Amino acid sequence: MPVTVKTFTSSGEAAAALSSDRSARYLGGGTLVMRALNEGDVSISTIVRANDHAMMRIDATGSRVTLGAGVTFARILAERDLAFLHPPARSIGGPAVRNMGTVGGNLFASNPYGDFTVAMLALDATVSVQGGLGSREVPIEEFLQSRERQTGTLVLAISFTKPASADAFRYCKIARIKPKGGAVITLAAYLPMNGSRIVGARVALGSMAPIPIRARAAERALEGRSLDASTISAAATAAVEGTSPGDNALASAWYRREIVGVHLRRLLSGQE
Amino acid sequence: MLELRKDIFADERDDNLKEIGKGTQRQDMLGHVTGTSPYFDDHKLQGMLHLKVVRSAHSHARLRRVDTSEAERSQGVRRVIRGSDVPRNLNTLLSLINFGKDDEPSLAVDKVRYKGEPIVAIVAESPREAYEAIAKVKIDYEPLPAVFDVEEALKPGAPVVNEVYPKNTFTYYETYDHQKLRFGDADRALASADHVLEQRYEMSPIEHAPTETNGSIAAPDTNGRYIVYTSTQALFFSVDTCAKILDVPSNTFHFIGGTVGGGFGGKVDTLTEPLCILGAMLTGRPVRYVFGREEEMQYGPPRGAERIYIKDGVTRDGRIVARKIRAYFDSGAYTRLSSYAAVKCAAHLPGPYTIPNVYGDVYCVFTNRTPATAMRGFGVTAMDFAIECQMDKLAHLVGMDPMEFRILNAYRDGDMKAHRREAKNTALIECVQVAAEKAKWPIREEFKRMSSRKDGGGARAAVTPTPRETHAPLAAPPQQRTTYDRPPVATREPPPPPPPPVSPPPSRPTAPSHGATRFSSVFGTRRR
Amino acid sequence: MAKTALQFRHNGRDVAIFVDGGTNLLVALRELIGDMTPKFGCGQGGCGTCSVLIDGELHLSCLTLAETVAGRSVETLDGIKDGPNLHPLQRAFADNFAAQCGYCTPGMLMAAKALLDRNSQPSRAEVVEAISGNICRCTGYEPIINAVLAAASVSRARA
Repeated sequence: MPVTVKTFTSSGEAAAALSSDRSARYLGGGTLVMRALNEGDVSISTIVRANDHAMMRIDATGSRVTLGAGVTFARILAERDLAFLHPPARSIGGPAVRNMGTVGGNLFASNPYGDFTVAMLALDATVSVQGGLGSREVPIEEFLQSRERQTGTLVLAISFTKPASADAFRYCKIARIKPKGGAVITLAAYLPMNGSRIVGARVALGSMAPIPIRARAAERALEGRSLDASTISAAATAAVEGTSPGDNALASAWYRREIVGVHLRRLLSGQE
Repeated sequence: MLELRKDIFADERDDNLKEIGKGTQRQDMLGHVTGTSPYFDDHKLQGMLHLKVVRSAHSHARLRRVDTSEAERSQGVRRVIRGSDVPRNLNTLLSLINFGKDDEPSLAVDKVRYKGEPIVAIVAESPREAYEAIAKVKIDYEPLPAVFDVEEALKPGAPVVNEVYPKNTFTYYETYDHQKLRFGDADRALASADHVLEQRYEMSPIEHAPTETNGSIAAPDTNGRYIVYTSTQALFFSVDTCAKILDVPSNTFHFIGGTVGGGFGGKVDTLTEPLCILGAMLTGRPVRYVFGREEEMQYGPPRGAERIYIKDGVTRDGRIVARKIRAYFDSGAYTRLSSYAAVKCAAHLPGPYTIPNVYGDVYCVFTNRTPATAMRGFGVTAMDFAIECQMDKLAHLVGMDPMEFRILNAYRDGDMKAHRREAKNTALIECVQVAAEKAKWPIREEFKRMSSRKDGGGARAAVTPTPRETHAPLAAPPQQRTTYDRPPVATREPPPPPPPPVSPPPSRPTAPSHGATRFSSVFGTRRR
Repeated sequence: MAKTALQFRHNGRDVAIFVDGGTNLLVALRELIGDMTPKFGCGQGGCGTCSVLIDGELHLSCLTLAETVAGRSVETLDGIKDGPNLHPLQRAFADNFAAQCGYCTPGMLMAAKALLDRNSQPSRAEVVEAISGNICRCTGYEPIINAVLAAASVSRARA
């Protein structure tokens, strides 16, 4: 079957078209869907698009940040209010990919891609999706766990609370080729402080499981403590707990398990 | 930046270089910066069809049944090509120079020997329609045990990868299962050495990853011939290979190439042209067959993997007295050019050092991995990596500076090399001296004064007595000859050497027909 | 097969074509318009040799659905010459030996142009960043970086 392109002006119509056709994919920046078509993926025969301005919006003025699903990484890099997100945005692709790739699409990017989503997971983001039955808010962890079944849902936006201080959010991507190239692993940490104590620590890891995951043991090692050498050591040691990395051309599972603690230590101690 | 060290060997050269050392513009630069250089894919022809291949999902399997009936009825499909449609569906690249047996089909018929091996070709109006038809080809595989490790492949009872070579090794001179080098008595020297160091080295396959993927466009010409635009790095080689596979005279083709979007050795295998031309022959339409990126990375031939064992004996004062090497070159499922890589590897031993006792065994081994091919010094690169790692370790072992250790052991003019050829035009000592100088690496005065032209020869020119190995010569069946081969000459000559298809060695007047020397460009010629 | 009418500006010229569903911009430019300057390297966003400017912004034409450029301006290497005269970047690439096999060159030049159009005096680090999505497998990055810097200094001298 040839490919059919359906373009809608509203996200609602696009969502309906998407949910009614198993062979339909939503085209955001094109870096996933066009790639699949170029490689001969015949399971896709309908491309759905929406020219909905709401999906292009950035709202970063208040304490809650909302990024439309169609916002590109280049636009995030141009937004001064989103400086804390510049490291993850800059770690993706070269300039052309950043001009094309979107926040929404990144949620669907499988290993070794999807670095921005790791940052979103650390920030406890909420994903706004529109299915056949209307829109709803889904916690990002829940969204990622059912990602394989989400091809029929349309992501509208992603939102999260802005970190209280610049130091509270940390991110690093370990790649063999810099600044582009797939991730060996990706790390993001959100460390809100109450006085000198960490309260509500979240550590997210990319390429350490089929989907981005939280390093819960490391979070427990950080929770309620001050960010001193012994806390950092405990978190680094615990980083590998609960992970299930795979082998790929960039690194072996063994290597990923070996280095995740090393890089978490560096991230927490400000060396990365 | 380029720096000419004219002070070195100055008396051996007229200082009249006109071009070397000066920038000269490339003739294709204007085309490159304007995007008008004609790569094969820049030719769009009226009514062009697109060819894609169905690739094996298994590394080793018998093909019980291949059902293309639904694919043939698929929308936009103009032709489905099977192995039986290929006029001569068995070839080996170096058969053009009568080296090796035909061992590789264009389209697999009875079994597949590596994951990604082409089985069926689909010619359709659009790439999409070709992909849709591919999804409709039904293949019934009977998976067979596969072997991916060179040493496992040589063990008794290992799966036979390629029935043409039932021992999983290439056959040299119709008899031998490996390349052998014997010079002096390595075992005796090892027994009397002050230190012995044995190490294992490995190199993975390396993909060339050219920015332009392999591909070609073939079209019927107005005069009954076929015009072929191709990415090949070896145009005439590809013409002859296509002529053989398609069983037509080579003047059936008008090949146009020469502008290659990166090759590095990965575009000498004539991977796309035979099927592309066959598609044009069978449909009467222009046909384009270009690899996607995944195909290029997964199934395009890599530099072959190698495993190397080196056992060296060294004296307390830093002289290497013996070097014993066992090396395995992973050819993948078919020969392609790996038979030649192993020859080059053997010809390179023991590296640029004067060692009185050298023992080398180099195997070209078949496994169920993607067939390997040429890549920048293939056969030599991994061996050099191994040898130079070993040199550092030996220097450490005897407590010497690694630069000085190399200078001490470097070959010099007049020395006897392990292939029983006198070393000439040697320059390793000077290279190490300049490298040390550039790196500000301190070496002692006596090593700075050493020269490739001093202190060589004499006792170092002797051919060390070499014990003969007793083995009954193997009576191997003569190599399969084909009608395509040139007729045998009246007097039987040793098999001709395979010239490297990428960078031919400089021609020299009437080279002596002696052993491995004919195979390699690593042997120096006189400096003037 | 149903085709979709598509109009856009191609190197300052209006073009109208009919595309099949799912056709990417690279195929549209090469096969339907005949502009062979953008090249196919990977179809995945990994190599950058298909780079073009869409409304002045660097994009990968192989990952761009052709229909999405309707009414927009697409610039390729074919459009950067000034009549018979090479663009300063083209001249600088030639003078600095910044091409070997030439296959990455169209994408490199467009990535460099995207940079210089916004930043006429880039630092070396900015040049490296600007071409970071473009792979040169002949590994001639140093001459390429030097060429972009040289082109920037030529523009500066003229200004």
